Amino acid sequence: MNIALIVNGATRTVEVSPYKRLLDLLRDDLRLTGTKEGCGEGECGACTVLLDGIPVNSCLVVAGQCDGHTVTTVEGLADGPLLHAVQRELVARGGAQCGICTPGIAVCAAALVDSGACRTKDGDARAKVRELLAGNICRCTGYQLIVDAVLAAADQVGGES
Amino acid sequence: MTDYVRPRDDRDAIALRAAHPDYLVLAGGTDLLVSAHHKAEPIGILDLAGRFAGISADATTVRIGAGTTYRALAEARAIATLIPILAEAAREIGALQIQNRATIAGNLATSSPVGDGLPVLLALDATIHLASVRGERTVPYHAFCTGYRKTALGADELITAITIPRPAPGAYLAWRKVGTRRAQSISKVMAATCLEVRDGRIASARFGVGAVADRPIRAYAAEAAAVGQVPDAATGAAVAAALRASIKPIDDLRSTARYRLEIAGNLLARFVENAGQR
Repeated sequence: MNIALIVNGATRTVEVSPYKRLLDLLRDDLRLTGTKEGCGEGECGACTVLLDGIPVNSCLVVAGQCDGHTVTTVEGLADGPLLHAVQRELVARGGAQCGICTPGIAVCAAALVDSGACRTKDGDARAKVRELLAGNICRCTGYQLIVDAVLAAADQVGGES
Repeated sequence: MTDYVRPRDDRDAIALRAAHPDYLVLAGGTDLLVSAHHKAEPIGILDLAGRFAGISADATTVRIGAGTTYRALAEARAIATLIPILAEAAREIGALQIQNRATIAGNLATSSPVGDGLPVLLALDATIHLASVRGERTVPYHAFCTGYRKTALGADELITAITIPRPAPGAYLAWRKVGTRRAQSISKVMAATCLEVRDGRIASARFGVGAVADRPIRAYAAEAAAVGQVPDAATGAAVAAALRASIKPIDDLRSTARYRLEIAGNLLARFVENAGQR
């Protein structure tokens, strides 16, 4: 099946089975290997990408469902050499160690920060970040530094509404 | 190669279902696509993503489109106001990525005995609306699951909506799941209730329980033990005993039959006591 989708701002066309996982389409057909496969079962969040701006597990979406839709991967977060605030803070605060979960966390957190879903002026911002990132498993950091980084990024971005 | 069809509208979806009864009916894919790369390719996909959407309410009933995602349920004002336990449950199903894709009808159609949202729909006495080119029909949810991952859904039918009678003002609604972790992990046991107390006695009670049978169940024996009684610890104990006598949970990798028996009873007993202490 001929599938046209917008990935990180550019229209891409691929000839693949509509049953091919978005994860495999990104990694194998488009060579965007920033998106990692963790469990392949929707449990770990390592393969998180944005589908029409919304965080989804790319192992649980198939190519057919992406035809005509927009996908953002970790490669699309930075603006040229300028990292997204979430990426910058993950680096600065040690929110990444082995790195397998990091692209998924960066993508998910960037969507949350940009949409204003975890504004720091809300009293329970820390709990909110933990709840919204509950689908991203990290086996290295113990999460504290990740949450610190997301809150710091949220402070900088501000978010809408 | 796998064929792929995306309906133009809801009507078209029903026609395509009749034309392709052997296609994989796909909505959010959060259950059907688990380890998809290890499964045989389906001959075709009927993609329902975005179809049968929308939530509405009138004086007696809340109608939830089949394609409503758990995220949409968690965020809908009508659900938060009228059926808060459904919003609470929706927020605790999987995690954000799952909630963004998973649909209420997908959960109903795959009919897992451990679907977190399903006991809530039993406690709320939901009705399932089905449609095919032959016409429409409704099935009460307590009669929809017919066995392990089996439902009353016909080969040419689609779920179009779920309707839920608005709980009586003051009804006690509660939902609990027990597992290793609130997010993501599959629960060991879950239970939900819609319970009315009038003049100090339980006037009506519905209990939905998950992960204690081959399908999500209504605990009728426990309901019978509750109705007419004072909502206190003694009634809670009687309700728990009635439940335990009527279920045969299993040992599996997540829990044991003994633990499930104990905890499922405790959950219902707690519901009864809490309803009395409000």
